[in-house]
Amino acid sequence: MPLTALEVLNREFLEVRAKILDLAAALDRLDRAEGSVEDDPRMAALRAALAVLTEREPERAERVQMIFSRPYDVAWQKTLDVASR
Amino acid sequence: MDYIDPHIHMVSRITDDYETLARMGCVAVSEPAFWAGFDRHSVDGFRDYFRQLTEIEPRRAAQYGIQHFCWLCINAKEAENVRLARDVIAMIPEFLDRPNVLGIGEIGLNKNTRNEAIVFLEHLELAVKYDQLILIHTPHLEDKYQGTRMILDMLCGDSRIDRQRVLVDHVEEHTVRHVLEEGFWAGMTLYPTTKCTPQRACDIIEMYGPDRLMVNSAGDWGPSKPTAVPDFIQEMRRRKHPESLIRQVVYENPLAFFRQSANFRFQPRESTPLHQEPLPGAAAAKAHVG
Repeated sequence: MPLTALEVLNREFLEVRAKILDLAAALDRLDRAEGSVEDDPRMAALRAALAVLTEREPERAERVQMIFSRPYDVAWQKTLDVASR
Repeated sequence: MDYIDPHIHMVSRITDDYETLARMGCVAVSEPAFWAGFDRHSVDGFRDYFRQLTEIEPRRAAQYGIQHFCWLCINAKEAENVRLARDVIAMIPEFLDRPNVLGIGEIGLNKNTRNEAIVFLEHLELAVKYDQLILIHTPHLEDKYQGTRMILDMLCGDSRIDRQRVLVDHVEEHTVRHVLEEGFWAGMTLYPTTKCTPQRACDIIEMYGPDRLMVNSAGDWGPSKPTAVPDFIQEMRRRKHPESLIRQVVYENPLAFFRQSANFRFQPRESTPLHQEPLPGAAAAKAHVG
């Protein structure tokens, strides 16, 4: 990667700041809206994904993707009765 | 920079988009058959669509110096009608000899159902029988990981499939490694809100390298941006990546993959057409000048 960490930070700080503000405002909007979505499984997924962002481990994007993904069943061909070639 | 968009649905775009693409450096597009936004009800509906892909779009593209190639199939969203899907698959060979047809695609899964898997496998049979390249659509959003793994299971379970002749499209952070590690080509689709962004596509190139990776706009009738590949080029330049690396991803990689099709006759700008012998004496003249 040609850019240094400082160059990346200089370039992307305001953009990342804006994205975090967008997230914060969206969560505030949910709080202000009438009704509750606390039991909606999508809220749990959002919280789990937000938690990944604060971790200091690499490959956050891949881990966030997996939070929003249905599980893969290695035996799906048997489950769906699809014969392999 | 000259570039190729290896996955764009120009039947859904206005002619002005061809002009814009040409102005941005696009020299060729490849257009997979896809869902029209509604389910078609007859083989003849698909036959007309394939005529559009093989007769009309090449002419529209040529007005702006863009070479148009395409892929044929019935897409996964219409695969629940297995009878129609089989009739369409049986009709496809009528078009395989058309000069801009590169192979079978974009086949794949949508909701990862049994019928989708059956129709996918029957498309693979067609591709093997007619020695065609394969272009694969992987599902959207929460279905992508599961569907991509299912697709890879079906491809890897068939020893007749040459993995170098298969492009698995719409990869993202959680699927790209699986596709590349199994030896297939991978495409990243640059969409405004779903799939990949130009920035994340650059990240993936930085993490996995440029080999067997392409980027495309998949510009269609939904929210999409036909000039997304130039956005990727711009982002790579902003990150100070060398022009040679960018060119490999947006030009040389699509060429390397498409050249495996007997129908791919691409003519680069201001150079000797590929698949054609140089003019007699050209090598000597070049040596003299050099």
